[in-house]
Amino acid sequence: MALIEFADFSFKYLGADSLALKRIKLTIDEGEYVVITGPSGCGKTTFCRAINALVPQFHRGYVAGNVYTDGKNTRENEVATFASVAGLVFQNPENQLVTLDVEKEIAFGPENLGVAPNEIRRRVEELIELLDLEELREKHPHEMSGGEQQRVAIAATLALKPKVLVADEPTSNLDPQSAEAILKIIAHLNKRGMAVVLVEHRLDLVAKDASRIILMNKGRIVADGNPREILAMDLCEEIGVGVPKATQVYKRLRTRGVELGTVPLTGVELAELVQEATSR
Amino acid sequence: MIILEDVHYSYDGVYTALRGISLQVDDGERFAVIGANGAGKTTMIKHMNGLLRPQKGRVILDGQDTKFMSVAEIAREVGLVFQNPDHQLFLDSVKKEVEFGLRNIGFTESEAEQRRQKTLASLGLEGFAERSPFTLSGGERKRVALASVLSTEPRFLALDEPTIGQDAHQKNQLAQMLAEMNKRGRTVVVVTHDIEFVIENFPRTVAMADGQIIADGSTSMVLSNDEVIERCALAPPQMTLAARALRNVFPEVGQRLTLLSELEETIIGILGGA
Repeated sequence: MALIEFADFSFKYLGADSLALKRIKLTIDEGEYVVITGPSGCGKTTFCRAINALVPQFHRGYVAGNVYTDGKNTRENEVATFASVAGLVFQNPENQLVTLDVEKEIAFGPENLGVAPNEIRRRVEELIELLDLEELREKHPHEMSGGEQQRVAIAATLALKPKVLVADEPTSNLDPQSAEAILKIIAHLNKRGMAVVLVEHRLDLVAKDASRIILMNKGRIVADGNPREILAMDLCEEIGVGVPKATQVYKRLRTRGVELGTVPLTGVELAELVQEATSR
Repeated sequence: MIILEDVHYSYDGVYTALRGISLQVDDGERFAVIGANGAGKTTMIKHMNGLLRPQKGRVILDGQDTKFMSVAEIAREVGLVFQNPDHQLFLDSVKKEVEFGLRNIGFTESEAEQRRQKTLASLGLEGFAERSPFTLSGGERKRVALASVLSTEPRFLALDEPTIGQDAHQKNQLAQMLAEMNKRGRTVVVVTHDIEFVIENFPRTVAMADGQIIADGSTSMVLSNDEVIERCALAPPQMTLAARALRNVFPEVGQRLTLLSELEETIIGILGGA
């Protein structure tokens, strides 16, 4: 059974004149690292919300087709059912934090679900270690930097032991080094077996970690596959996807008759390919 | 001209967000402010339009100390777009949101409508006029917030992280619009983490760390400074990493900021031409 299945799912927000999602059909399996990208307004955020039933149960509108998360239909089960399956993290961590300190913040979700106190205690300590939050233990969320707040928000999400982490542009308000730290954590969680669905424009930062890239445009999925295959497509430039600079150089060289073989995703990969080409 | 003179500011009296900022912004300039989260960038530009007032030091707008001016007076000259559009948008349609500011500064209904249409089109928001901002995506809301300020075309424009949530195409549209306004004599200041956006569009860069300015000069000079890269928590651009890795093997590769086209030519050179 797929972890997430979109079965011909369409959605239109109340009051909107066009569909936010149009006949989406796909499955996401355990352990995958899926990056969703596309022009703003293409339906990426709606896609994320549909995974944990926020669409259509909290954000209402016209619905056709179904989404099954962990085998459960998101139209037929309560939103709370999905909180412990799909953990959502958003762009603005300050909008997500609800309590006054790190431990309470992490414990908040499991307490609401009635998890036993000693189990909560155990999860809190494990997550403080995993996300390196020891120094923040006594800090009020509003005294923390954006990167620190986002780490706490991720910890609070993970406290519910979700099977998939769904992150909607989690680093776009952060400086590049804080962003990199968050993305490292997400890649690490994926290596430990957690599925990841990440919405991101800046493919320079994430393409190397992803096992799959899904390109959306105007509510539809227009390409879906291995990052190197997808980013080599001209379609990316046509719809305005931010292809990594190293991949852009590869494509420009290709039009001039220089074929580097593999599609590079980072500057270092590009440099390695050039070295290999000279030693051939 | 805006002059910041030894500006100090603390939000809570304990932690000092700005510690002695001195900066001159000339009419018709275009520059970027970079720095790590918490460096004081937002606090600084909020001083430019009078939302925050210096606790020590002065902000001088066109020769007048802003201490004696109201926020409304300053805001007429200096338009600020916040980082988070949700702090700015409050009306129930995009149309009202953009026309509100225009009507406020005295444009007639038909002028306001014209400007609104033109600005929305330039930002790729045609067909959004009747939508409620709250049904839009994050990136779209950001552009509505930009439109509501850009449409009034104030003499000074201060934009806090304008490229968040924007794809490559939308960033180009925004850059083009800012360049056009700049050509018409408007001064443009952006706060951003987006180094590629800075390199491609802004000749001057001001780098901040711990509430102070640590470098101010031409963008290529400021961004070639390793201390700036480190203290501003910047990741070196991919092109710089590629050039660095190539330099280890091919010493002829240059030691400075690298543009995509330069790297392309360098590689063609290394591979013996095509």
